[in-house]
Amino acid sequence: MTETSEPLVSAPVSPGRAKFLRFLIRDAGVLLALVLITLFFSVSAPYFATPGNALKIFVQIAINTVLAAGMTFVILTGGIDLSVGSVLALCTVVGATVMINESLSPAAAITLALLACMATGAVCGFLNGWISTRWKIPSFIVTLGMLNMAAGAARVVSDNSTITGLPQSFVDFGNLIIGGFLPSIFLVAVLVIAAGWFVLRFTVFGRMIFAVGTNDEAVRLSGHNPDFYKVAAFTISGLTAGIAAMVYLLRLNIGSPIAGVGYELNAIAAVIIGGTSLSGGKGSIIGTLVGACILQVLSTGLQLLGVGDNFKPIVIGLVIVLAVILDAYRERLLRRIR
Amino acid sequence: MDDVILSLEGVGKIFPGVVALSEVSLSIARGETHIVLGENGAGKSTLIKLLAGIYQPDSGTIAFNGAPYEPKTPHDAQQSGIRIVHQELNLLPYLSIAENLMLESLPRRAFGIVDRKALNRRAVALLKEVGLDVDPRTRVEALGVAQMQLVEIAKALSYDSKLLVLDEPTATLTPPEIARLFAIIKRLKAKGVTIIYISHRLHEVFEIGDRVTILRNGRLVATRDLHGLSVPDIVRMMIGRDIADEFGFDASVVPGKVALSVANLKRDAATPEISFAVRHGEILGVAGLVGSGRTEAMRALFGADPKLDGAIEIDGKPVAITAPKDAVRHGLSLLTEDRKGQGLLLDLAVDKNITITDLGKVSRHGLVNRRAEAAAANDLVAQLRVKASSIEQAVRNLSGGNQQKVVLAKWLFRGTSTLILDEPTRGVDIGARREIYQLLWMLAAAQKGIIMVSSDLPELMGMCHRIIVFSKNKIVGEVPRAEFDQERILSLAYQEYVRP
Repeated sequence: MTETSEPLVSAPVSPGRAKFLRFLIRDAGVLLALVLITLFFSVSAPYFATPGNALKIFVQIAINTVLAAGMTFVILTGGIDLSVGSVLALCTVVGATVMINESLSPAAAITLALLACMATGAVCGFLNGWISTRWKIPSFIVTLGMLNMAAGAARVVSDNSTITGLPQSFVDFGNLIIGGFLPSIFLVAVLVIAAGWFVLRFTVFGRMIFAVGTNDEAVRLSGHNPDFYKVAAFTISGLTAGIAAMVYLLRLNIGSPIAGVGYELNAIAAVIIGGTSLSGGKGSIIGTLVGACILQVLSTGLQLLGVGDNFKPIVIGLVIVLAVILDAYRERLLRRIR
Repeated sequence: MDDVILSLEGVGKIFPGVVALSEVSLSIARGETHIVLGENGAGKSTLIKLLAGIYQPDSGTIAFNGAPYEPKTPHDAQQSGIRIVHQELNLLPYLSIAENLMLESLPRRAFGIVDRKALNRRAVALLKEVGLDVDPRTRVEALGVAQMQLVEIAKALSYDSKLLVLDEPTATLTPPEIARLFAIIKRLKAKGVTIIYISHRLHEVFEIGDRVTILRNGRLVATRDLHGLSVPDIVRMMIGRDIADEFGFDASVVPGKVALSVANLKRDAATPEISFAVRHGEILGVAGLVGSGRTEAMRALFGADPKLDGAIEIDGKPVAITAPKDAVRHGLSLLTEDRKGQGLLLDLAVDKNITITDLGKVSRHGLVNRRAEAAAANDLVAQLRVKASSIEQAVRNLSGGNQQKVVLAKWLFRGTSTLILDEPTRGVDIGARREIYQLLWMLAAAQKGIIMVSSDLPELMGMCHRIIVFSKNKIVGEVPRAEFDQERILSLAYQEYVRP
């Protein structure tokens, strides 16, 4: 290889600028949308730009953010998890049942409840992943089945009733606002996002999640087992459903078999608005956080504007569709930048 | 030139980062067969996509039949009478041949019901025109690649095309299939159809072409009469330098001990057992027709597809391979024939594609060390001379040859003792092809075992120490280098098909 190579064709876009453009299109776009929407409501909606309202949004966003963090993993591998809402319900009744056990000290009860929630969620998620990879069934169907099974299990465990009487220290922690601006449950959500971000960005495991979502056959032929990573992604999604259940208990202080109805769709919406591609392999968990913020800001803002409960879902639905359209457009733009 | 059907004036196309075409002016005469040659990245694909209405030019004008030609969509192009048979076939596998042929205007009876009789009747006529003797009701998925190619051409003919563009139609065809395709092209030409023919195979274009246009780095080098030109002339224009011996057979590389041996490999109950071995420092050729079971045998050996039975030994030790990860662990590498679908993570960057085979090498405690990864990737990119704007470029945006180098780089990154290469130079231009050959000789000199599956017989004869020949899933013969003979290898390849 001693010959001189042909000079590269002159490049109007330098690599540095291309990188910046990529950042702008891929990541900054959603953030910009969030800023604009927030500005819009700050100006137009009464009481929107008040500290109290900001706190309320932080509180309301927590559950969906945690669910969406796990959902991001699943969608990155090219799957979908429709079961997280009812898995959350199951986890709330399991967690609450453990927590009201009077033979345990409050600290022990809370710790055990957390472990029980996470374990229950992880098992449900593992089953989702294992069944869909083992028998090559689309995760859409398997998790639809799990949605029903977990909802049923939640009723069985709770005997079809809400569970109340959680330890006071637990309830107090749920109401805690650290430093007067950071609700404890929002902190939990931020920690989950941070953990997800770290895993996806810096670890070998995270890299494999992206690779599997991009082309699982190429990953298999490169000497890996893509199914392992798919099952792991579903297990993570179940795990975050368990954590989200704890957040639910912190916020509402009841374990309920009918909790979480429709939560899976909000989580998916947050992931998609955040720029993660439904076909897998592309996206970011920071985007998911921003997506969850956009959904909640819209919902609160529209409410304060006096848009009725009937019209609100129409607007939010439109925004979701718009986000997917923008996603397709963004892909085209990105492909042009070398 | 009196009757010009298509003319390009100063046509240019720029993508961010790359000038794909620049100042291309070209006239195609009515009824001629015009060859377009160039390395990958020379601008051929861009040119085709401009004609197809997939891209629009940034500068210059195109005129077709004397009128400005500005298609905004592929549909516009078809309406104007320009029909393109792309390299990647665009057939619907679960529909019948007839339905595929006339998808855009199915014959109808009242209430929009498809007129099956008329459909099949017209399909038979079209198939006859391209010499394809199959029932038009057959589903396309049941056809071989060569037959699909003919269906695509028949489809192009069904629209009364004035200009037919064939993009590397012979890339996946065997010599007899190519001969048949050429007969069809000649017949079309006799009927007055203008043809633009894009190819990588220089030797074949002389048989059908009238004139040739050569592109290099997005610019037009020359348009000449093919008559009077030689292959070296063309190569010189294409790459701007001479290439003495394409393959560079290195007689100093002497095969040593057996690296990999396969005994009685049986894929399924219906296929015969096969056995073969490759030595360290040996390039073993695998010849045979497309669909003769070469690819399937290699995939089964690698654990990519299930197998019934068979003993595999690496360096004399038996190994169990049930999944690709076993094969990789034992030092095997597989470069698949479908590099986009099975070899690459198209939307990920060059470095991530390279390190995927062994992320452990550039990570600690489960964390990827980006600096080490970049260094390793940059080394391989330099060593293999991958043309990319940086290791952060998505491999989707690389040319075919450079993509193939990235696949090779990922296996070199892992470290390998035996490489299985399935059609390693398909869709790769002559310059990159030669670099791949050089690389293979370097690997052979480093005592790697190399198995090279190819439909390009001259390539196998130029590169290999030995060639084994597949015919109908069976290994029907083995030819040592001293006895290489095109006719003999071909007749072996056909052996099982001509027997009753």
